[in-house]
Amino acid sequence: MTIKDKVVKIIAEQGMLNVNDITQTATLKDLGIDSLAIVESIFVIEEEFNINVPFNANCPEESNFDVSSVSSIIKSVEKLVAEQV
Amino acid sequence: MNRVVITGSGTINALGNDVPQTLVSMREGRCGIGPLKFRDVDRLSVKIGAQVKGYNETDYFDHKELTLFDRFTQFAILAARQAVEESGLIFDEELSESSGVLLGTAAGGMNTWEDNYRAVFESGKNRVHPFVVPKLMHNAAACTISMEFNLKGPSFTVSTACASSNHAIGLAFQMVRSGMAKIMVTGGSESMLTFGGVKAWEGLRVMSKDACRPFSGNRSGMVQGEGAGIFILETFENAISRGANILAEIVGFAMNSDASHIVMPSKRGAAISISRALKDAQINISDVSYINAHGTGTRANDTTECAAIESVFGGHLKNLMISSTKSMHGHLIGATGAVELLACIMALRDGIVAPTIGYEQKDETCALDVVPNFARNAKVKAVVSNAFAFGGMNAVLVLKSP
Repeated sequence: MTIKDKVVKIIAEQGMLNVNDITQTATLKDLGIDSLAIVESIFVIEEEFNINVPFNANCPEESNFDVSSVSSIIKSVEKLVAEQV
Repeated sequence: MNRVVITGSGTINALGNDVPQTLVSMREGRCGIGPLKFRDVDRLSVKIGAQVKGYNETDYFDHKELTLFDRFTQFAILAARQAVEESGLIFDEELSESSGVLLGTAAGGMNTWEDNYRAVFESGKNRVHPFVVPKLMHNAAACTISMEFNLKGPSFTVSTACASSNHAIGLAFQMVRSGMAKIMVTGGSESMLTFGGVKAWEGLRVMSKDACRPFSGNRSGMVQGEGAGIFILETFENAISRGANILAEIVGFAMNSDASHIVMPSKRGAAISISRALKDAQINISDVSYINAHGTGTRANDTTECAAIESVFGGHLKNLMISSTKSMHGHLIGATGAVELLACIMALRDGIVAPTIGYEQKDETCALDVVPNFARNAKVKAVVSNAFAFGGMNAVLVLKSP
């Protein structure tokens, strides 16, 4: 599974949706994922990829982790995984 | 001041996973204490407890709920569902504004603390699930009940060790009595029966390795239990006007502090709390038929408690029955007063006084009618329920039939 596939699977599980319902441009809000579910998603992502995600829910734009859309999350995870290697 | 009645009850504990099962067990003098079944039990020197039986959390809650529901919250919500159903109440917008939740717990989300400490300290993990805080907080159970039933009135959680439930129920009683709340969902929940929970208690050297024998000359200490008891309190007038079934009436409550010792009980403090509760209830000592004792089965408590009862009831002692149902369901710590309230309801409503089982030998310092080993049919007028906690915090409830 690629990073993209894994991230989509995690987001789908959080939103209790089918992976096919997750479009790249969808925002988490569109998918019914609230602030607490975002935080849980980040935990699952950290566990899955063994990375540290610098996310603060108070100032989400300031972290290097862009949660504005599914594609931005995938890009951010890819970047963090690459940095770790 | 309003009269306050109980119109709903729910429980899960070692004697049963609901109220009817629990009452049958109490009536039949069944023992819910047995060998402990959880990880690392071989490292404990106390290997017995009163665990909830045949319980699988995934039978009741989905994965998402379990990320937030510690075992103590699970017990509370299951008991609350039974209680709300029995009460027949529907919390519409207007009622929900003046209906609250007031629970007692001593250790809150202990299982969550333990699991995550293990992960972080023992297994060296560097992250824990984001919901650990809302899961382990002492008020988690009360919050969950408030959210499930849309209860927007005054809610909180109290913690006074073994008296937590009596304090919670007593305060909820006062809130309905004063009109501060129309309905209160109250009681307690505890899930301290874990490796760490038992290990912590072992050091105090008050736990028995074989049985809980309150008042018996050969008693060897307390046995821990787990579970929850939840009740619906409302005014007598409200219950009557909507045709609700009334289980019992709470008529008095008192709480005081020994200001004496961090673990040893005080005869004086206990006696005063009992007297004040009777005064609050405006009931004479001669009207009390049954006392559900704190009766932990320790040398210290049982002797002190009997002395306190003797000093309050004096000449009326020969007409008084005292039993400790901890002999059957164990000591549920913060939830014990709630489960014991069921024995009080059974005495008043059904005329059945639960026994103190495991009684084998007379003890001169506990020479009262402790309803040894077998339940008794009796016409019961008023009932007292004692809770005397570590740190000298005492809370006593008085009930009668409406």
